[in-house]
Amino acid sequence: MTPAVVIIGATSAIAEQISRLYAEQGAKLFLVGRNEKKLEIISDDLKVRGAACVATIAMDLTDTRLHAKLVEQAVSFLGDITHLYVAHGTLADNEACENNPQLAMTEITLNLNSPVSLLLHFAGRFRTQQYGTIAVISSVAGDRGRQSNYIYGAAKGGLSVFLQGLRNRLYVDNIHVATVKPGFVDTPMTTDFKKGMMWVSAKKAAKLTVYGVDKKRNVIYVPGFWRFIMLIILHIPEFIFKRLKL
Amino acid sequence: MSYHYRSWGLNPQIKQIACVLNGATEQDLAGPHKAQKLLAYGCGSSYGDVCLNDEGVLLDSHRLDHFLNFNPDTGVLRCQSGVTLRAINQQLIKYGWFLPVTPGTQNVTLGGAIANDVHGKNHHLAGSFGCHVLKLGLYRSQEGSIECQPDKNAELFRATISGLGLTGFIQWAEIQLKKISSPYLRTEKMVFTGLQEFDALSNDADKAYEYTVAWIDSVAAAKYRGRGVLFCGEHADSSADRRPSKKRILSIPFNAPTGLLSYPVIKTFNLAYYNMHRLTSSKALTYYEPFFYPLDSLGHWNRLYGKKGLYQYQCVIPAEGGVEVVEELLAICAHYRQGSFLSVLKKFGSIKSPGMLSFPRPGYTLALDFRNLGESTLKLFSALDKVVFANQGALYPAKDARMSREGFRQSFIETERFKNYIDPLFSSNFMRRVII
Ligand SMILES: Cc1cc2nc3c(=O)[nH]c(=O)nc-3n(C[C@H](O)[C@H](O)[C@H](O)COP(=O)(O)OP(=O)(O)OC[C@H]3O[C@@H](n4cnc5c(N)ncnc54)[C@H](O)[C@@H]3O)c2cc1C
Ligand SMILES: NC(=O)c1ccc[n+]([C@@H]2O[C@H](COP(=O)([O-])OP(=O)(O)OC[C@H]3O[C@@H](n4cnc5c(N)ncnc54)[C@H](OP(=O)(O)O)[C@@H]3O)[C@@H](O)[C@H]2O)c1
Repeated sequence: MTPAVVIIGATSAIAEQISRLYAEQGAKLFLVGRNEKKLEIISDDLKVRGAACVATIAMDLTDTRLHAKLVEQAVSFLGDITHLYVAHGTLADNEACENNPQLAMTEITLNLNSPVSLLLHFAGRFRTQQYGTIAVISSVAGDRGRQSNYIYGAAKGGLSVFLQGLRNRLYVDNIHVATVKPGFVDTPMTTDFKKGMMWVSAKKAAKLTVYGVDKKRNVIYVPGFWRFIMLIILHIPEFIFKRLKL
Repeated sequence: MSYHYRSWGLNPQIKQIACVLNGATEQDLAGPHKAQKLLAYGCGSSYGDVCLNDEGVLLDSHRLDHFLNFNPDTGVLRCQSGVTLRAINQQLIKYGWFLPVTPGTQNVTLGGAIANDVHGKNHHLAGSFGCHVLKLGLYRSQEGSIECQPDKNAELFRATISGLGLTGFIQWAEIQLKKISSPYLRTEKMVFTGLQEFDALSNDADKAYEYTVAWIDSVAAAKYRGRGVLFCGEHADSSADRRPSKKRILSIPFNAPTGLLSYPVIKTFNLAYYNMHRLTSSKALTYYEPFFYPLDSLGHWNRLYGKKGLYQYQCVIPAEGGVEVVEELLAICAHYRQGSFLSVLKKFGSIKSPGMLSFPRPGYTLALDFRNLGESTLKLFSALDKVVFANQGALYPAKDARMSREGFRQSFIETERFKNYIDPLFSSNFMRRVII
């Protein structure tokens, strides 16, 4: 069956590499992002790479009033949706957020509110289909709050919990929900970070994600070693953890 | 991902600042680096300093990897300059189209292939890469984006093909691909015992085969000097279609200790390599990757040369009397007791390269890899230079980290004209070293 894939946050480096993997399988793609020009370049690229057809929609993803209509648009282009990927996100400077709570709210709005609203709208569609896969990019940062990125972490942590519940709810409807938790991925989001051994390329991250999705994994750490790192981090007792500079 | 901005030869070893471009628009290119000296960086597969700029900023193109348009009927492909030749092969062979010209590695961007006007094993029939560029979009710091083609902004087009990144930043290009009916090649190898024999074989093979290139045993004893193997190939027809087995690419994880590729090791390798080909069958059906890119199956093989890296010396010698000159060059290497691990010889054809600083021209091109032994290697190169330039030869900037200003001028007679097209905001270590 030809995959019919919705990618939200399609201009994200990781999402783009995910789209390429589907394009090479001859998939139908419905791309959503906010930058029309970038979407157009990505769409042209995916067509050359083998996508059966590509549609793009540019919108502000935080405008939740548009979400219901978005589902309709996706369905009218694709018919049944085999896969939904949600990838948009921002990583604002934590200190800047601490000094400007309004910025922190914007961060939470984009990283938590927006995907929650989108997913609730799409869940309805998936339930009528009675099949399909939903994969959402959260982050290892959501596994435990740390002083260096707890605002982003709170949004992602909230998202991860939401996804646990959604997975539980949609299980009876034969719909799989995957929580994707990347560690360090070399993308525009992390341009200013010093890169080292723990880093992977967006292409590698995409491969691991799609592999995990195909295997119907519930929680996909990207790469897998983060599962062990986070296991250790989660087991540090709070009275010690609070003293650490992390 | 830590980006080490080095060239393939790991020389020169300098501190380099870079900026990874997220887009190829004028804003992306003009925005953040006002007043800094710029230079495009592709995969860094050049051996020396044409892709380095330690007095300025590198514009890393690896995220500009989008195909923009492909017409499966005509084979015209338009893409951003950071698209690699590997990606083009991977995506377009399935439609029956192939690169019109390809160098010996797929780790090359479209921008890099144009800026060095690279050549391949089919030079005798297809000319250089630039011959197949239909159009390109060039960002210049003063004028902004300019579209260039052979008959529009023609001189800027000629300067940019082989322009070593100095005429501006190539944003995108349109190239004409070549129709093929199978990803396999019918290949044949022929062993020769000396350069005269090579010459005769190569002249015949160039009539029968699209692709020809020879490996030579550069460290054979004097009486065997110039022996080697000529590799020939042509695209097979569709009956030869088979799925290739997926091969794992091995990679050298760190620099080898110095001495790994010492003279005796190189000698033994060359002897074994020669005999292996002498004893194995000569005709085969070969998948395109091992035929065109045998070295790519060993990732980071440059690290085998140790942390001081390697030099490549690639020259071209006019055809007339060229065989004797190549013989003399090999004798000089033997005299200096510096072995080349991989020595490649190819006879270029007569199709004119379009660029002002294009390297390919009729004659014999010899490429030799040497471990960097410091002074003694440089002395060897000076000795080789003398012979090359006494015979109206030329050196290849893509492979160079040490040629002299005088050598550059002698290699490229259009240097003065080219200088008029250098963008004032662009520069490279190579430019400072030999061009201006
Ligand atoms: C194993 C191996 C085999 C090789 N075999 C061959 C061969 O058979 N024939 C041959 O001709 N060469 C060969 N080469 C050399 C290689 O093909 C060239 O050096 C090529 O130009 C490298 O491309 P790159 O994308 O890595 O560019 P880089 O090395 O990063 O840059 C090369 C030049 O291109 C410029 N450039 C890159 N992108 C742009 C852009 N967007 N706009 C403007 N300028 C740009 C840079 O400024 C620089 O001057 C070989 C190299 C290796 C390592
Ligand atoms: N990179 C990492 O190390 C890492 C680690 C863990 C998790 N993640 C997560 O992975 C996902 C993908 O990120 P990435 O690394 O691929 O980064 P990226 O390339 O910077 O992508 C971020 C994406 O979010 C979009 N976006 C930001 N604000 C938006 C808004 N208001 N409305 C609509 N879209 C908006 C961006 O759109 P524009 O293109 O228009 O700017 C861009 O497509 C994110 O959810 C991120 O949190 C990344």
